Amino acid sequence: MCLSIPVKVISIEGDYAEVSVAGTVFKAGLQLVEGIVPGDYVLLHAGFAIGKLSLEEAAETIEILSRLGDADQYSEL
Amino acid sequence: MKLVDEFRGSRVVKDLIRAINESATGIYRFMEVCGGHTAAINRFGIKNLLGHNIELVSGPGCPVCVTGTGFIDKAVRLSGDEGNIVVTFGDLLRVPGSISSLEKEKASGADIRMVFSPLDALRIAAEERSRKVIFLGIGFETTAPGTAATVMEAEKSGINNFYVLVSHKFMPPAMEILIRDGTNVNGFICPGHVAAITGSSIFDFIPEQFSIGCAVSGFEPVDILMSVLMLVNQVNRKNPNTAIQYKRAVSREGNITAKKMMAQVFEPVDMYWRGFGIIQSGGMKLRGKYNRYNAELLLNETIKDDCNEGECRCGDILRGLIVPVQCPLFGSQCNPGNPSGACMVSAEGVCNAYFRYGRNE
Amino acid sequence: MNRNITLGYGSGGRLTGELVKEIFAGRFGMQGPLTDSSVLENPGSDLAFTTDSYVVEPLFFPGGNIGKLAVCGTVNDLAVSGAIPVSLSSAFIIEENFPWDELDEIAASMADEAARAGVRIVTGDTKVVGKGKCDRLFITTSGIGKIRKGYENLATAANVRQDDLLIVNGSMGNHSIAVLAARNIFDFRTSVVSDVASLNFLAGKLLEECHGIHFMRDITRGGLASVMNELCAMSGLGAEIEEEKTPVDEPVKGLCEILGFDPYYLANEGKMLVVCDSNEASRALEIMQKDTLGKNAAIIGRVTDDRRKIVVLNTIAGGKRILDHRSGLQLPRIC
Repeated sequence: MCLSIPVKVISIEGDYAEVSVAGTVFKAGLQLVEGIVPGDYVLLHAGFAIGKLSLEEAAETIEILSRLGDADQYSEL
Repeated sequence: MKLVDEFRGSRVVKDLIRAINESATGIYRFMEVCGGHTAAINRFGIKNLLGHNIELVSGPGCPVCVTGTGFIDKAVRLSGDEGNIVVTFGDLLRVPGSISSLEKEKASGADIRMVFSPLDALRIAAEERSRKVIFLGIGFETTAPGTAATVMEAEKSGINNFYVLVSHKFMPPAMEILIRDGTNVNGFICPGHVAAITGSSIFDFIPEQFSIGCAVSGFEPVDILMSVLMLVNQVNRKNPNTAIQYKRAVSREGNITAKKMMAQVFEPVDMYWRGFGIIQSGGMKLRGKYNRYNAELLLNETIKDDCNEGECRCGDILRGLIVPVQCPLFGSQCNPGNPSGACMVSAEGVCNAYFRYGRNE
Repeated sequence: MNRNITLGYGSGGRLTGELVKEIFAGRFGMQGPLTDSSVLENPGSDLAFTTDSYVVEPLFFPGGNIGKLAVCGTVNDLAVSGAIPVSLSSAFIIEENFPWDELDEIAASMADEAARAGVRIVTGDTKVVGKGKCDRLFITTSGIGKIRKGYENLATAANVRQDDLLIVNGSMGNHSIAVLAARNIFDFRTSVVSDVASLNFLAGKLLEECHGIHFMRDITRGGLASVMNELCAMSGLGAEIEEEKTPVDEPVKGLCEILGFDPYYLANEGKMLVVCDSNEASRALEIMQKDTLGKNAAIIGRVTDDRRKIVVLNTIAGGKRILDHRSGLQLPRIC
């Protein structure tokens, strides 16, 4: 069961957050995560935030992939 | 969409394909064990981007598909009582039980409602205090923590008419059985959202005990292809390990809070998986403290979990032993409009995906 | 085994086609391809005649209501069949205790939309049924239009050829998402508004100013994929669509990702598919983009000579998949 999408946390009230993706606002339960603040990106699955997404790691992955254009860079992976 | 679009672009895909083609000098067979991966591979048409020497096989990754007909029979039985409201994810509505399906029962007047989250089920229970609300809890380690959190919310709020019919399952035991039974793969594309909860370390036993490589993968085309490249390299270098491709979401330890909650509410139990029979510690059940939320208490009779599948070969398909066309029912008696088994019902069931996308390759 | 009409039979996809073929077309002796309007031979000018029922829930949704839908839907069925819509009938089945003001508001919307489309509602019927005997309000509209000379076969796809280009007048899925949001089943807020609109003037401009229009159909329940599959079945040809070129608004995309929907199968109420000779396509596109209902028009694919009559989608990742003719409703999924 994996359908889950990155959403941005807009506001938090108690155990619940308002999160948004592409202009649609959902409610997400925060019972499964800690230390989330507005502006964070989380994975939304079945009405819960199941984990925080790291923008730094995402950028690093994109960086590695951008170097695939040069042959010989595959060995990094 | 942020953190999605960057991992879909066809330019990066082209670079990855080139890298894979240049590195893939042998023959490779990789299995994914997540319905989300099955769906993504089919949705983006990834298989026909790879060379013929790389085969992507689907394993038992669709929780709907591995749930026995007994679960549906129990849900159908519960829906027959006017004092009950059965609440489910959309995925389960069309799955055939041994006699009927939830969709058919709904058409005949049973109060069966579709939700997006167990929290919606709890909300219905709060609104309809005179009736019993039964949530059908299926899914792997990605989904079980949410059910656990909802049970704890029910306890906190004093909502006593909320029940769960539990069929949550653990993924690693099934993977171990697949390998021991001789499923011939040299790499696993591991489920990234399961791992977001459990941590990638749950897959360590695969390279350590069986020398088969693992790449814990995200769900965008770039993620899946990057995982394929990582697995090709692991095979070439004879260096099987648990590599994390989905670094933006997955760590070795996973989500401690979610794991704690899942362990607080559920404990492992032997459970029937279609295609595997009973898997030791393959499923979850409510711990004693929470057993009052167990919907099984509402059933007056024992309904077996396993299925009498007749000619349906869902079981062998789920183990990657045969492809859909090898099932005698595929395409003729069994098709998405009239499914004989779960593999054909679910949008990411192997047979459904093959029927809709694969027949004309 | 007892056979019941499950919801899937009304979803506009393959099951609906089967039901219509087996029961209605069979019993009523309807021959030939089933098109949106029926051409009635009449000396002087052939007439197009169509009917549709509207059962949308909820009755009011962002962008419109059941009344506006009932007028636009029937006007559009006539327009895409090559006809100039003239008159509509409207029959109402009303559940007892339905609020007077709401019915009046719906009727006012119908009058507004009819005026906008240049048609008149000239006859109708009203029934009130007991509580629970219908879901608040059902409307059935029928319409008559005059077939434009030379376009008698527009709806049958008889003129569709290999290499014809496929054009849509705007983004997919807005109506479905707007209605789903209005149902409040799932807890979300969105800015998506139904695209419900009368397309007859846009269709008319295309048919008058462009000589290469070979087929038109409005894209309603079952979505673009269903229309494409019907086109392939009628013409005996295949099609190729580019995912990158298909307009889908960001909020609709996001919701589809979350709920597991495929925008190619979502309903629209103000969109049409235009199949056009490749030499005339840029002219057709220009006409569409100048119109308010075609601002986001795009060429999204082409007709191929694939005798298997399948619709292939070239995905944004560069792979391929088939847009098959699905049987029933899309269900939101968690998997």
